[in-house]
Amino acid sequence: MLDNAYLVPLIPAVSFVAILFFGKRIKGGQGAHWIGIPAVASSWVLSVAVLWQWIQRVEDAGGEAEHAQGASTMVDGVRALLTRVTEGAEEGHTFVGAVINTVDWWTIDGVDFQVGTLVDGLSAILLFVVSSVSLLVHVYSSEYVKGDRRYTHYFAFLSLFTASMLFFVLAENTIQMIIGWELVGVCSYVLIGHWWEEKPNADAALKAFLTNRIGDVGLMIGVVVLYWGTREAGQNTFSIDTINRLAASGEIRHLILLVGALCLTAAVMSKSGQFPLHTWLPDAMAGPTPVSALIHAATMVVAGVYMVARLYPVFYEGLSIGTSSINVLAFVGGFTALMGAALAFVHWDIKKVLAYSTISQLGYMVMALGVGAWTAAIFHLVTHAFFKAGLFLGAGSVSHAAHHTFDLREMGGLRKYMPSTYWTFLICSLALAGVFPLAGFWSKDEILVGAFRGQDNGYPLMLAFGLIVALMTAAYMFRVIYYTFHGEYRGHGVPHESPRTMTVPLWCFAGLAIVAGVVNLPAPVLEPFGLEGLAHRIETYAEPIEFLEQFDSFTVADPSLGMAILGTVMALAGIGIAYLWFWRGLGPHGLTERNRVAWHGYHFLENRYFLDHLYTGVIVGSIKGPIARATYWFNQNVIDAVVDACGTYSTRFARWLYRNIDQGVIDRTVNAGGEGAELSGAGLRKIQTGRIQQYGALLFGAAAVLAVVFVIVI
Amino acid sequence: MFVSQFLLLAAFLFAVGVYGVLARRNAVMILMSIELILNAVNLNLLAFAVLNNAISGQTFALFVIAVAAAEVGVGLALILLIYRNRTSVDVNDLDLMRG
Repeated sequence: MLDNAYLVPLIPAVSFVAILFFGKRIKGGQGAHWIGIPAVASSWVLSVAVLWQWIQRVEDAGGEAEHAQGASTMVDGVRALLTRVTEGAEEGHTFVGAVINTVDWWTIDGVDFQVGTLVDGLSAILLFVVSSVSLLVHVYSSEYVKGDRRYTHYFAFLSLFTASMLFFVLAENTIQMIIGWELVGVCSYVLIGHWWEEKPNADAALKAFLTNRIGDVGLMIGVVVLYWGTREAGQNTFSIDTINRLAASGEIRHLILLVGALCLTAAVMSKSGQFPLHTWLPDAMAGPTPVSALIHAATMVVAGVYMVARLYPVFYEGLSIGTSSINVLAFVGGFTALMGAALAFVHWDIKKVLAYSTISQLGYMVMALGVGAWTAAIFHLVTHAFFKAGLFLGAGSVSHAAHHTFDLREMGGLRKYMPSTYWTFLICSLALAGVFPLAGFWSKDEILVGAFRGQDNGYPLMLAFGLIVALMTAAYMFRVIYYTFHGEYRGHGVPHESPRTMTVPLWCFAGLAIVAGVVNLPAPVLEPFGLEGLAHRIETYAEPIEFLEQFDSFTVADPSLGMAILGTVMALAGIGIAYLWFWRGLGPHGLTERNRVAWHGYHFLENRYFLDHLYTGVIVGSIKGPIARATYWFNQNVIDAVVDACGTYSTRFARWLYRNIDQGVIDRTVNAGGEGAELSGAGLRKIQTGRIQQYGALLFGAAAVLAVVFVIVI
Repeated sequence: MFVSQFLLLAAFLFAVGVYGVLARRNAVMILMSIELILNAVNLNLLAFAVLNNAISGQTFALFVIAVAAAEVGVGLALILLIYRNRTSVDVNDLDLMRG
């Protein structure tokens, strides 16, 4: 499967085409999921196969190395795993190069453009995450959008999105990366605007698309800059593997790496919703909720994080992550995490709260990459995908049950009516808050440790950001839980539990939110059970030490107990504050009405830092007026003048041509011919008398003359 | 042989015929003048046939007589039709082809 990984995105792509052509024929346009779900399911099976074979490959490589040292032999993956368990985790692991398969696409000026797949631990993990979330979302959607007029269209684009994302994950070179990046952007646009009959939805789709274009410019410039970097190093290639290798070995100049990394950071800002380009993500909640879960929580928005992880040597070298104690990536991530979490407190739309939470958590991942905690970032990406998708689907289930509203003020008390949704939402929230022993605890803890330890020196500011955000996350999630599930029901009608097609995916995500932490547990936790060989699986299988082995930093620090306790205390403090404030009604309620400063702060948050006003009003407004006027002037005075001049001179030339050539030469010739014919006709007419005797006289006269001539001559 | 007498007679007849054709106004008279011309030719043919002691000239003359008879038939029919249409056979009136 490692060599045929192209099948993973190919199957949903075929399914997209099949749904487009035949989807409407199945069950009167309501059966497109009969194509979509099997396709994604087979993709999922193949992804699992890829992941499994990659693990085997790493184990086999390690086994051979150990075999060479006279250690125990290994037969297959399971035995290999068990053997390594007994041998302990502390020994270094072997690095296994990525499996790369390419075909030449085209060649121009000595540069080979290739398409292919790059499979390594990172892409294998992402394949698994994307196809898992996509599969569960497909199942959930078959109930959630049931009866929709564009049901077929919806599933077609869900398939296309899955295919694009998998294609992006498997990209072998940066060109393919751009293609996948744009494709997921288009799918996001289409699916946000799924109910485009309402203007706000269409506007939200457009806003998401246009905001992403800003980052796309950065991506393209970054890719070109990196290409020139490889060209300088004499390689002429877009291959990610080569770029990484050259960047790590220092063959590309530092300046080029810095510029490339900064441009790519702009791309991360737009795609992964980092400050200040995050404003599209909350609006993107206009789309159907399963779409929000799949695209705007679990997969597409982590494309930026994935891209950084994929090209990590570029960022590591370019931004000097190893030696600095603050850099663009870390600061942008940390700042985004903080302000996203702050915004999540003031919004009443449950999906918007979750969207800001997603922004905040994406900021966490970017910050983790910025401080050099690569493994922690990917670990958090995986766990976040599961529990955040679960939260979104939970929100969808709530709205499905309670009159299609997302307004927290119209919910309340739903715990009694929808127990499955309540418990799964609670589990996912606890995982997000980072409560022991759920998935979020382990990944968040590793990020905090990474920020604390840093590389050569720590990132204290990032650690502070991380701890504050941990507290805030717990608090705002319990605000949502209070308003949604506790107290009295404030909406109308009688809410009901969602059908099983929706609750089963919910429980799957809740289950994953509980257990996903095991993939990268720290060794001390496992020691009491004698399983310490299973520690740090992501580190073992995915970390790109192949390129960056000279940096000691990449071995993740075993978490200190102190940090774990600090993180948990923060999370529990957040929950405690929320409990006291909402359940017990303690604290200065109504402060915003009494205190001007507090009111202004609330107002500032409620208006999302006025960023939307800044963009549409100040920037767009100030640009579009003068530009439109300047364009109008240019149009009137330059373009129109040129066109007018062309017209005037053409007319003049044509008039001259008419007078002198057409009338003077051609017509005169023709007229002269006609007149000549007329004159000769008039002359000849006179001898045409119609009298036969005159003709006869002429005939005989001529004959007589001829006779005389003959006689005389002969 | 007195060929020259025959030829002179034939030339006289021919000249009379040509005069008739060119000068007469009556279409029937023109037709008769044409007969004179043909017979002048016949005379010539016979004269030369006797002179050369060959029979082909006489045969030719026979053909000419037969054709002349047919020609007169057609010509008289035409004149009859012209008369029916215009109650006149004056060729001076027949100038429809004047340009």
